[in-house]
Amino acid sequence: MNWINNYVRPTINSLFSRRETPDNLWTKCPECGTMLFHRELKENQQVCGECGHHMLITPRERFEHLFDGGIFTEIEVPDVPLDPLTFKDQKKYPERIKAAQKKTGEKDAILVVEGEIGRTPIIAAAQDFSFMGGSMGMYVGNAIIAAAERAVATKRPFILFSAAGGARMQEGILSLMQMPRTTVAVQMLREAGLPYIVVLTHPTTGGVTASYAMLGDVQIAEPNALIGFAGARVIEQTIGEKLPEGFQRSEYLLDHGMLDRVTHRKDMRDELVTIVRMLMGMSPPVMGDLPAPKEAAETPDQPAEEK
Amino acid sequence: MANYLEFEKPLAEIESKAEELRAMGRANEEMDIEEEAKALDKKAADLLKDLYKDLTPWRKCQVARHPDRPHCKDYIEALFTEYTPLAGDRNFADDHAVMGGLARLGDTPVMVIGLEKGFDTKTRIERNFGMARPEGYRKAIRLMELADKFGLPIITLVDTPGAYPGKGAEERGQSEAIARSTEKCLQVKVPLISVIIGEGGSGGAVALATANRLLMLEHSVYSVISPEGCASILWKDAEKMREAAEALRLTAQDLNQLGVVDVIVKEPVGGAQRDRTAAIEGVGKALKATLKELAKKKPNALVKDRRQKFLSIGSKGLAA
Repeated sequence: MNWINNYVRPTINSLFSRRETPDNLWTKCPECGTMLFHRELKENQQVCGECGHHMLITPRERFEHLFDGGIFTEIEVPDVPLDPLTFKDQKKYPERIKAAQKKTGEKDAILVVEGEIGRTPIIAAAQDFSFMGGSMGMYVGNAIIAAAERAVATKRPFILFSAAGGARMQEGILSLMQMPRTTVAVQMLREAGLPYIVVLTHPTTGGVTASYAMLGDVQIAEPNALIGFAGARVIEQTIGEKLPEGFQRSEYLLDHGMLDRVTHRKDMRDELVTIVRMLMGMSPPVMGDLPAPKEAAETPDQPAEEK
Repeated sequence: MANYLEFEKPLAEIESKAEELRAMGRANEEMDIEEEAKALDKKAADLLKDLYKDLTPWRKCQVARHPDRPHCKDYIEALFTEYTPLAGDRNFADDHAVMGGLARLGDTPVMVIGLEKGFDTKTRIERNFGMARPEGYRKAIRLMELADKFGLPIITLVDTPGAYPGKGAEERGQSEAIARSTEKCLQVKVPLISVIIGEGGSGGAVALATANRLLMLEHSVYSVISPEGCASILWKDAEKMREAAEALRLTAQDLNQLGVVDVIVKEPVGGAQRDRTAAIEGVGKALKATLKELAKKKPNALVKDRRQKFLSIGSKGLAA
């Protein structure tokens, strides 16, 4: 019977598994195992239609859904010295960066843009977990600062979508210094009286949580996102016990008073529009999908200059 | 000395030989051992100087964690007068990993806040090995606010492996507490001086070390992650901590070059643990000089300069 186990079963299994994933047309939900058609998944903003599991979404794809007519403009981030410590582990740091750039088509682990949501002008930034685990190095720090400066200059609110494993070890102390640097950016927004909204997405941990990602005026999270300071494994090793079900997940944090809201990705845009317009003292929003804004001639209502 | 580090073993041998010889001399008066013992002393002194002349980053980590090194409590007791501890975060608990209170440095009333590791099993447990919980950072925030209100300079003494990775700490918002503490450091309109006296462990240190001036003892370290942690993630092998320590650039000397550290405080030959009094005095002198320099600055300038300092970090790289 050995040949059945050794030959027949693997062959049958491989036939089935091959049929399950023909070239990128289908994605298997890692939570419930349902096969999801690619186009449908894209329309659903990478949320499983069966179980509601929120999968990773790239900043670009998120912004296409977020902004009116899918139109947004990138904000330039000041360049950073490449590999300031000449860091080398098993691979050289510049090689890791290049591989991540090739994989994602992006410069680094964050995208900063401006545009309108529900006819409300905003600055937004989203971290890209697929780029070296979304890790925060000097580029990410500069991006947050650039976003805050742009928000102050244009009197717009700043909405940040976080996703990061933490600080980027390959930039050593300079990545750690992004904690105070990004905190300065948050202070610029505070002093200008501009809303700073943080949307925590899966996963947001380490030095990112312990700085700008926890300093929002309003803290929203996507469902079931992992949010915390220390990793679960480290905690279990330290305290010598198993952690409860749902520990460090959005709903758990909401229960412990660490968040304002947990919001489904499909409702996020409308919710952000609602909150931001109230904080900015603007008229109630026009909901629903809006076309891209027309040219400057027909400027939609501006934020109240004086409050 | 009771505690030798691994790399100090050859030194331990010589020093114990000298001691044995002297013991023999005391027991047997006819033997003249003094000359030989002195030669051993000299050999030991030379070796010590040699060992500490050019410590590798990993050895610096070991020295920074040395159990005999003066801790926060030692500095507070020796350098300040009228120390009046203030406790609690008015919210949940008093975290003993964070010490703090009113005190005088010379004649100047200040707020001193520090992370204390403990010096024996009992106190180490009490102090949670210097790993603060959210209530510790919230206590620090409260004390900084108090200092700010009454215009007292703030001095922080940093020595921590990192913020405590515990269940309750996470539930009570460890990351939020660290973020707010860092934010408070950037807001206060009084001089804020920070000294890394041993280990500056990641975010748990940043929360107190976001200062106008950062002083660092010669053999202390400040890093985004421990070399062991970095090695286990990037090398997939915690035993590669020597390589990781090298790559992370965590020494006072490298950090000074990178513009993160403003002043390096010299340690006695053989490290702060060999001559605690001298080490503490060195820190005291540096603190007084820095305080004098910052006392001239106006409140708004202190805030502005502090921010500008952090915004400009990173423009300088290290030569290979």
